[in-house]
This record gives sequence, C-alpha cells and structure tokens, in this order.
Amino acid sequence: MSEIIRIKKGLDIKLKGKADKIYQRAERASAYSIKPTDFKGVMPKLVVKVDDEVMVGSTLFFDKYNPSVKFTSPVSGKVSSINRGERRRILEVVIEPDAEDSYIDFKIGDLSKMTREGIVELILESGMWPSIIQRPYASIANPEGKPKAIFISGFDSSPLAPDYDFMLKESHAEFQKGIDVLKTLTDGKVHLSVDASYPTGETYSKTQNIDLHKIKGPHPAGNPGIQIHHIDPVNKGELVWYVNPAEVVRMGKLFIDGKVDNTLTIALAGSEVLKPVYYKLIRGAAVDSILKDNIVEGNNRIISGNVLTGTRLAKAGFLGYYDNLLSIIPEGDHFDFIGWASLGFGKYSVSRTFWSWLTPKKEYKIDTNLKGGVRAFVMSGEYEKVFPMDIMPVQLLKSILVEDIDQMEKLGIYEVAEEDMALCEFVCTSKIEVQKILREGLDVMKKETE
Amino acid sequence: MKVLRNYIDKIKPKFEKGGKLHMFLSTFEAFETFLFVPDTVTKTGSHIRDNMDMKRAMALVVVATIPALLFGMWNTGYQYFLSVGEVATFWETFFFGFLKVLPIIVVSYVTGLGIEFIFAQIRGHEVNEGFLVSGMLIPLIVPADVPLWMVAVATAFAVVIGKEVFGGTGMNILNPALTTRAFLFFAYPTMMSGDKVWIPGLIQGEGVIDGFSGATVLGQAAQNMTEFTNGIGDKIGAWEMFFGNIPGSIGETSTLAILIGAFILIYTGIASWKIIFSVFAGGAIMGLLLNTFAVNEFMAVPYWQHLLLGGFAFGAVFMATDPVSAAQTEKGKWIYGFLVGFLAILIRVLNPAYPEGVMLAILLMNVFAPLIDHYVIEGNVRKRLKRMKLTA
Repeated sequence: MSEIIRIKKGLDIKLKGKADKIYQRAERASAYSIKPTDFKGVMPKLVVKVDDEVMVGSTLFFDKYNPSVKFTSPVSGKVSSINRGERRRILEVVIEPDAEDSYIDFKIGDLSKMTREGIVELILESGMWPSIIQRPYASIANPEGKPKAIFISGFDSSPLAPDYDFMLKESHAEFQKGIDVLKTLTDGKVHLSVDASYPTGETYSKTQNIDLHKIKGPHPAGNPGIQIHHIDPVNKGELVWYVNPAEVVRMGKLFIDGKVDNTLTIALAGSEVLKPVYYKLIRGAAVDSILKDNIVEGNNRIISGNVLTGTRLAKAGFLGYYDNLLSIIPEGDHFDFIGWASLGFGKYSVSRTFWSWLTPKKEYKIDTNLKGGVRAFVMSGEYEKVFPMDIMPVQLLKSILVEDIDQMEKLGIYEVAEEDMALCEFVCTSKIEVQKILREGLDVMKKETE
Repeated sequence: MKVLRNYIDKIKPKFEKGGKLHMFLSTFEAFETFLFVPDTVTKTGSHIRDNMDMKRAMALVVVATIPALLFGMWNTGYQYFLSVGEVATFWETFFFGFLKVLPIIVVSYVTGLGIEFIFAQIRGHEVNEGFLVSGMLIPLIVPADVPLWMVAVATAFAVVIGKEVFGGTGMNILNPALTTRAFLFFAYPTMMSGDKVWIPGLIQGEGVIDGFSGATVLGQAAQNMTEFTNGIGDKIGAWEMFFGNIPGSIGETSTLAILIGAFILIYTGIASWKIIFSVFAGGAIMGLLLNTFAVNEFMAVPYWQHLLLGGFAFGAVFMATDPVSAAQTEKGKWIYGFLVGFLAILIRVLNPAYPEGVMLAILLMNVFAPLIDHYVIEGNVRKRLKRMKLTA
C-alpha cells in the first residue's frame, strides 16, 4: 500500500439534500437522447435520420474530426427527432425506446489473444470510446494516441456526489475485467485512487494489476486532474487518459458478454428534492419521470452533474452522457435588500466576512444567484486556496485572456480542466467566468497544437 | 422593502437604452445594486457562487478602518484642546474632531465617486466599488488641518491619473489613496509636513498657549532629540506611541486602533496577513540594522518604536495590502511586504528630505510589484520545465 497523498487546498461545500443509499426503481423513460453538446470539441456527423430503427450499440453519429470515434444508441427503438439549435447545431438525437432492448452482439474473443488494435477497434465500434478522456484538453481521447498512464479516480469529491463504493458494490469481476482491458492500452501503469478517509470497498481493494493510491483531502481531491498532477503530471507532449470507474465496469461487461450495458446508477440530490435517493436507469434517459412528484414546487434548476460543473437541463431534459448525478437547487432570481451588508448567518462563504463561519457543520441550501456584480480581478490569493495544483490559476487565466499561447503552455494549461478550477469560480469575489475562460484557452491550445 | 423595490422597478425603464435618463444608467445601477443584490443568476460555469462580492469586500475594509477613524477624530480634538490649554470632556473632544474630519471625508467621497460615476458612464461599465475604500483612506492619511480644496484636487488627480487612465479599479499600478497623499506632499509641502500642520488651528496660532509645539515624534527624532514630548512638554513613551494620543495624520497615530482593523482584515481573509507580517518584519530588521550601526540619535531609536511611529502601521495594514497594487503571487507577497517595511525605515531615517518614508516605500514597491510577480511566475515555469527534463 502506497502512502497517503494529502491534498490540503480545496473546499467541501456542504449542501443540503445528499442522496440516501437506497435504490428506487425508475420506470423506463419515454425518450432517451445522446447529446453531442456533452462532448467537448466534437463535431457530430449524423449516421441516422428520423424514423430509423436502432439497436443498443447502433451508431447514431461520429466525430467529423475523428471519424473512428462513434456515438451509439443507449436503447433500442426509433429515432424520433433530431433537435437543432442556432446555426443548425445538433443538440439532441432523441430515441423513442422499444419496450425491450435488443442488443448488437460485439463478438468478443479471448482478451489475452487480442491485439491492442483489435481492442481499440472494438471499444470504438461499441460506442464506449467517448468514456475515455485525455489530458491535455480534457476531451475524448484520440484513438491514435498512446498514453503514458491511465488514471481512474475511485471516488467523487464534488458537492452531493454519489458514493462509488455503494454504486459499484458487487461489480468486482467486471471492474477487474475493465482494468485488464485498459492495461492493454498503455505501456505504463493503470492508477486507481481511493479516498483515504474511509475503508476501501471490495470492488477496489481486491483489484489486481493496478497502482493503488490513497488520497485524502477536500474537493477537488477526487478529480482525476488533481490526482494526475500529484502522481504523474502531464508535461508538454505527454498524454494520459482517465476513465470513470462506472465506465470501467461497463467496459468490463462489454468484454465479458459482448453487449453494451448502458445501465447507470445515478443519485438524485439537492435541497429541492423531496426524497433524495439513487436510481438505476439507462444512459441518456429523460429526467421528467424520476423528477415527477419528487421535487419541491417552485422555480428550480435541474442540473445534470454536480452544482459546480454540471449542465443545466430543461424540465424534460435528458441526463448527460458523463453524469451520474442529478442536482436540483432553487433558482436565485430574487433581489436581496442590502444583501452585501447583512450579517449573513445563513449565507455560505469561504471568507469569514459572513457570520455563517460560526456554523461550519451546517448544510446549506444555496441558490443560483450570482450574488454580486462582475468585476475585474481585484482580490488576490483567493483561487490559490481552493486549487491544489502547483499552477498559478490567476496568471494562467490572464494569459488566456490575452491569448498568449506560449505563456499558457508555460503556466501549465496542459494539466488543467474546467472541473479542477470550478471552485475558483465559486469563490471568486469578482464573479469571473473561470470555467468558460479556461475552456476557451484549452480550445485555442488544441487548435494550435493539432 | 417591497415598496422601494417596486419604485425602483417603476423608474428603471427611464434609465435603460432609449430612456430619457439613459446617460445616468451607471449611476442608477450603482444605487440599485447598493440597495439590492441583483437577481442575476449564474449562466455559465458553476451554478452556485460564494456570497462574497466586491461590495462586501470593500465594505469590510471600510469597517476595519472605523477604529482608526474614531480614534483619529478623538485625537484631533485632544491635540487641539491641548494646544489651546483647555480642558474638555471626552464628548467635546470627540465632537470637535468629528466636525473637523467629517468634511474631509465628504469631500474625498464626493470628488472621487463623482469621477468614478462619470468614467463608468463613459465606459458603459458598472461603477466599481474600489473607491469606497480609497475615499475612506484618504482622510485618514492627511493632517486634520488640510484645506478641503486641496483634498479635492489631490483626490481628482489620484482617481484620474492614478486609476482611471489605466482602466479603473483592478488595473491601477499605484495605490490611489497614496497617490493622493503623494500629490499633496509634493504639490503643497508646507501643508503636509513641518511642525504646525498636524493640529487644527496651529498655523493661525489663535489662542495657542505659549511654547506649544506641534512636532511629531518623527520630526523630533529627525532633529536628533532623544526624549520625545508632546505639545505641552509631557513625555511621549512607548505607550503613547502605541495608544496614539500624539500628533500625526488623522488615522495613523493609533497603532492600537490600526491593529484592531488588521485583526478584522486578517480574520475575514480580506487582506493578506503575509504582507502585513512581512512589512513589520522588514521594518524591524532595517531598524535593527540601523540600531547596530547607529551614528546619530535618530538611528538609535529602538527598532520596535519605529513600528509604532508615523504611518508605518497604517501603511502596513491598509496601504501595502491593497490587492491590486501589491504583489499578487503568494511568494511575491512575502518579498513585496518585506521590502516595503525595509525601505520605509531606510528612507525615514537616512533621507533627511523626508521625515516619513512609508508612503514612498509603498509607492515604490507598487511599481516593483509586477516585477516581483514576474520572477515568482518564472520560478513556477522553471519548475515545470525541470520536471519535464527529469522525466525525459
């Protein structure tokens, strides 16, 4: 057992409405969708049209820039609509499901006899490839690349995050198989990080062929980016991949029985949920059926993912591809009379300028109000307190704002992703759009280097 | 509050594009957001945000200056009644100072905010909160007897040349409040230094008792006196220096009141304790060096007394910590703060032209802060390059 890696900087925002560890049955949703907007930098090229019949694993669209990366249907049924936004950008490919799923059978041989190319090919074909993310750029891994290592973060430290030990209970065999598959994709190590603050569950502890790391600290300690930085950082010209553990299990299943199993476990959480619990459903499900009669009346925001990095959904929206959490919080479209001058007993803040620091254990109900006006950078040293990397966050953002590519590279843009700096955005006194700026920087950088 | 909100919503259209009063939009917004935190919701990125905003941050700094301000008001009265040889009650003393200081505060805010509002409107921006602090700091670093028109001219200079030409709050290189003081100091030196400016009415000399001297402790030290006295000849010891019932600029004399402010700033996390600590450390070390090689009485003033005198504590707590003009990297803050303290005492003791060095030391380090940051950033970059070579 390796030593515990201690992350000191960061912040655990205590929110109301953490999901209880109980499964609730979810009905089959009325529609499912794969949303090209979930995939950073992907230009979708449609393969299906409205009314086409699809099976689980049928290709819906592929990436124009990387044609081998395919996106497949999570259920069997009929393509019911293709929703487009501004400039005909494809937003959603919606599928109306059949009552029972029929699967495409991806013929699986003996893993030990398969070549790396064969394995990559199979993952691409099955539509599982998008679950492999690369650093730099935090985009879908380029199938032609060969990573120096593969990372799996065994836990999620973000607010209201689901408990992976609970979700992946009794999935050891599949998880191990998934690890064996990933092992063939790199000449380096496969790293698995677990939370040192509680005993490691069996799914992880019995796993072979991995480098196990114990990590202790506040969010974003569970982010793969932070773990990579502390274990084997990405230098210029290097490549690492990372995969969510639930996806590893799914990959294992694919290599056991040749079927793409799109069953997901998600947590429904947040202050506006009446009964926050876990659900088992299928990837891309419309969320209206599980929200029905389970959220507080009023103007709420439905977020696919966590409150720091998630995507805002419409009432009848679809769960995001990468998300295993649905957060419901109140909208904050109200005025607050001299709010900036109140004592602030119930107002959450990292700074001790609000008296809420007197109650550090309290769980908060935080709405979506911006809580101030947008200003230029004024305060200093704020981001550094919640950003556990040896990278200068403000200076990096400034180099992006002036589009100084050379400086971005020097300041370590290859190592970061939006999720790693989301807390910087949360604490920012000047309300600067940190994640948006960073993504612009990553896009510029990607264009420049490819 | 519903009534107020309804009223604001009713008059709002007049200020919006096409409205009659559109030219006052920034001003309107400034007042509206002052009264109500807006109903804006997050659009991109993190869906939830910390309650901290610029108004809160700036308001807290103003709160932190209140002890120094109140003490300064009392001390202004105290010094006056000492000079005329009258005995006054606490409230009489305070009220005299209050009437003396309030106009300076009003002039500073009206001038500065007026210019800020105009620039915000020209640029189509929201009004920045930065001047809320500067406007309070300016009265605290001038002598109580300063003519109000000078305050207005100097404030206008500092806001326009020191801040707005660079793009407003967040973009300025020099601390605006100190720029005001520097302007006053160089444009009207007779009103900003000497023995007579610190106590109200001393220049006119009406009713002042015979033999009264308004010299500051530093003024006396510069003349190589070994025993410091107040106007009527009572000894000024370490306690008086700390407590602050001595002549000086309005808010700078009481180290005690300033430390209360420092506690608020550090505890709430608004100001960098690293800067405050290292300014004091730098000053102490310079003081020790001077003590060691003392060839005159000024150099022999115990190093710790330097930290209590003049504007040192005030500069360390409220001026050097200005996040915009200070170093912005964490390592840089140590270096920046240390050099501020170090240079302040150096200038104070060794440059006979300036009896006080804090202002110049901070302004000088404001200019050098980006350079310090540059080297700290380079250090970070080099570490990354080295790591790459190691793995290659």
